Amino acid sequence: MEREGLTINPAKTCQPIGAMYAALGIHGCLPHSHGSQGCCSYHRSTLTRHYKEPVMAATSSFTEGASVFGGQANLLQSVETIFSVYDPEVIAVHSTCLSETIGDDLQQITKKASDDGKIPEGKYVIYASTPSFVGSHVTGYANMVTGMAEQFAVSTGEKKDQVNIVAGWMEPSDMREIKDIAKVMGAKIVLFPDTSDVLDAPQTGKHEFYPKGGVTIDALRSTGDSKATVALGCMSAEPAAIALEKKCKVPFETVEIPIGLSATDRFIMALSKAAGVSVPAEITADRGRLVDVMADMEQYFHGKKVALFGDPDQLIPLVEFLLDLGMKPMHIVSGTPGLRFDKRMKEILERAPYANFKLGMGADMFLLHQWIKNEPVDLLIGNTYGKYIARDEDIPFVRFGFPILDRIGHSYFASVGYKGGLRILEKILGVLQDRQDRDALEEKFELVM
Amino acid sequence: MDTQKITLLEGREHQVYEKKQGGPEVDIACDKTSLSGSVSQRACVFCGSRVVLYPVADAIHIVHGPIGCAAYTWDIRGAVSSGPELHRLSFSTDLQEMDVIYGGEKKLYRSLVELIDQYQPNAAFIYSTCIIGLIGDDIDAVCKKVAKEKGIPVMPVHSEGFKGTKKDGYKAACNALMKLIGTGSTEGISKYSINILGEFNLAGEAWIIREYYEKMGIQVVATMTGDGRIDDIRRSHGASLNVVQCSGSMTTLAKDMEAKYGIPFIRVSYFGFEDMSKSLYDVAQLFPDRPEIMEKAKEIVRDEIRKYYPEMQKFKAALTGKKAAIYVGGAFKTFSLIKALRTIGMSVVLAGSQTGNQDDYRRLKEMCDEGTVIVDDSNPVELSKFVLEKEADLLIGGVKERPIAFKLGVGFCDHNHERKIPLAGFIGMYYFAKEVYESVMSPVWQFAPRKGGLK
Repeated sequence: MEREGLTINPAKTCQPIGAMYAALGIHGCLPHSHGSQGCCSYHRSTLTRHYKEPVMAATSSFTEGASVFGGQANLLQSVETIFSVYDPEVIAVHSTCLSETIGDDLQQITKKASDDGKIPEGKYVIYASTPSFVGSHVTGYANMVTGMAEQFAVSTGEKKDQVNIVAGWMEPSDMREIKDIAKVMGAKIVLFPDTSDVLDAPQTGKHEFYPKGGVTIDALRSTGDSKATVALGCMSAEPAAIALEKKCKVPFETVEIPIGLSATDRFIMALSKAAGVSVPAEITADRGRLVDVMADMEQYFHGKKVALFGDPDQLIPLVEFLLDLGMKPMHIVSGTPGLRFDKRMKEILERAPYANFKLGMGADMFLLHQWIKNEPVDLLIGNTYGKYIARDEDIPFVRFGFPILDRIGHSYFASVGYKGGLRILEKILGVLQDRQDRDALEEKFELVM
Repeated sequence: MDTQKITLLEGREHQVYEKKQGGPEVDIACDKTSLSGSVSQRACVFCGSRVVLYPVADAIHIVHGPIGCAAYTWDIRGAVSSGPELHRLSFSTDLQEMDVIYGGEKKLYRSLVELIDQYQPNAAFIYSTCIIGLIGDDIDAVCKKVAKEKGIPVMPVHSEGFKGTKKDGYKAACNALMKLIGTGSTEGISKYSINILGEFNLAGEAWIIREYYEKMGIQVVATMTGDGRIDDIRRSHGASLNVVQCSGSMTTLAKDMEAKYGIPFIRVSYFGFEDMSKSLYDVAQLFPDRPEIMEKAKEIVRDEIRKYYPEMQKFKAALTGKKAAIYVGGAFKTFSLIKALRTIGMSVVLAGSQTGNQDDYRRLKEMCDEGTVIVDDSNPVELSKFVLEKEADLLIGGVKERPIAFKLGVGFCDHNHERKIPLAGFIGMYYFAKEVYESVMSPVWQFAPRKGGLK
């Protein structure tokens, strides 16, 4: 089907949800959606379905009046209401397609809130412009993280012996793992945003409006004095690193989110260099274990065809990992546009000249399904929405990415680092071997695999 | 912030009421948009339209706007279809910056033509989202043009998110349905016929209800919109009666159909033995010239209750004295739930809705026991506060309330879009009791910190 102006079954969603997710990674932060009530409600519902956690966020509750006279009054009222009732450390405001089209200027309104004395001493309001008609949820995440860097970082002139790590869009479990790796390496880091202990919080018998996790404001302010920044992901993290370099002259290096062996290697080396620490034996042993399993199970991966969909910063290292395993990434789609993404993926796909790859407009699940029908695959990797294709075409399916609405695990078990690589292998092998068992003839049904 | 010590949000005093002997008589202020800056559990106009029309399974539903609104409403409602499943796909014009500047009409037109050619639907619904109202796309004109070219009804749904509350979205959906109604042939429709309104066939509920009425000898012309079909809707003006469930969403349509086609309507609820029975009797009463309809209704009620009553006693024995908090979308559902919970021995300590009106809240006050808290458009802080203060054992709500209940360590029952088992009908009451029993009596709560934690 030729299409000109239409998306069927999207492989993306809109900016504001990314901004909301990022903002939840600041301690004591209440994300605020400057738009209609529905936006905020949808984002909270989707994040709740993905994390099975309460997700708190406020809304400007636009009405017809706001759309005529502008949303300034709503936002000023919101700031007042939020500080007096919900008492956060910081409000992180993001715009919506509505407020952007009306032309609300968040910087100016925030300044007015401050001038009018609506922001209590020691509290903050930060903002990010996140129009839904540009980019995708990934763009929104990047914009909010950039807002954190731009609006919090201060350079006091005195360098600190610490390294900033800008987290690309990843799970709370992944952020926890990054911190663990840094700890084992003896590297002092500030990780932001950090949704661990926010969206994977324990049951306490109380509804913690602000769970204990999240990067603190002090830590965010100190990022301007760090000796270097390592950004994880060219799309979701690098813009914040660039902003920090511009504002506070903190040099940065961008590597990919450490998914799989090669990307983790590069991350470990980048962190080791930036923090001036050596790679300890524990890390080397973790790497050895991953390589060991890759070798042990090599025969099950080799030549298997894979279709993938999702977000740029996950897809890039994941496709590379599949290639490192001898698998064949056949079809790749992402609704998120991006020149850096396009270029990097094409570099990686030089090893897979047979692969179909499309990003941005028209790169949706309908296209992916068509590609799969034309050239079937052995495995599908993507978020929950892949389950329709997996069922229709009877393809083993590994859930990976955002959102995952029908399984648990992503919040608790990391996919990054060498240990995360093991989890990915376990998941892929699980479905491939289950399929082999299911389809094996009686005499070929094997006990030992 | 310690949720147990929090006070109410300023400006919300009139949306919360505690029933007390000699307490002040306060009318709950409702129909209000949420206070700017509140953590509201409510959604928007678009959401209202989308949930009402979504189950029409042989139409395509195109969301005209940036991608989000289509992405978040992609197959989120378990409204099942016995045939076509076009409603489970997500179509969006995916407007980009240039479209916002130059307008999205052309893109909408092309999308419509492409989709209709590809899927051959029986109709198309076009939802306008927030910015359509601002950039001034004339979607009515586009719909008219495509309808003419393709020979199927193409209905604009004016559901710009900011133009009111979710209830206004219901109205916009009803307006779109009204345009369809009256365009089909009423041939072969019996005098003893009804339309089922406001039943969305979640987990197959409309099938259960339909079967009861059909057993009574009543013809069901159209269900709106559960397992909905365009042709049924088009001829639904031929029915003798509209039976309306879910007071919030479809009363407008029933009133419009009454005004235009003289079809009377009654309001019913299918939740709980009491209300389910009443909804069969009420319909039977309106066909007095055929007494066998009433006889059959009585027979169904007798047989069904006999089938499930003994099982229910087991649940009741375990649940007697347990307390529930209810926070759901429509107020009518709250009424039924209070009665249904009483059937299984539970009392209600908090009752609230997102979209109730003055009358609804007055009636709620009458129904509730002393000490019950009544809320309109509540928020997580308030809900947590009352659940803990009133020591509830169960929260009934939707997706955003579920994790709050579980964090507090109390049971939960989803009475919203995400329910997986039918809760309507006699069998639905049994499932409801079973679900409540399984959640409230789950052994996992003994490990919750509020029960003592690590020993």
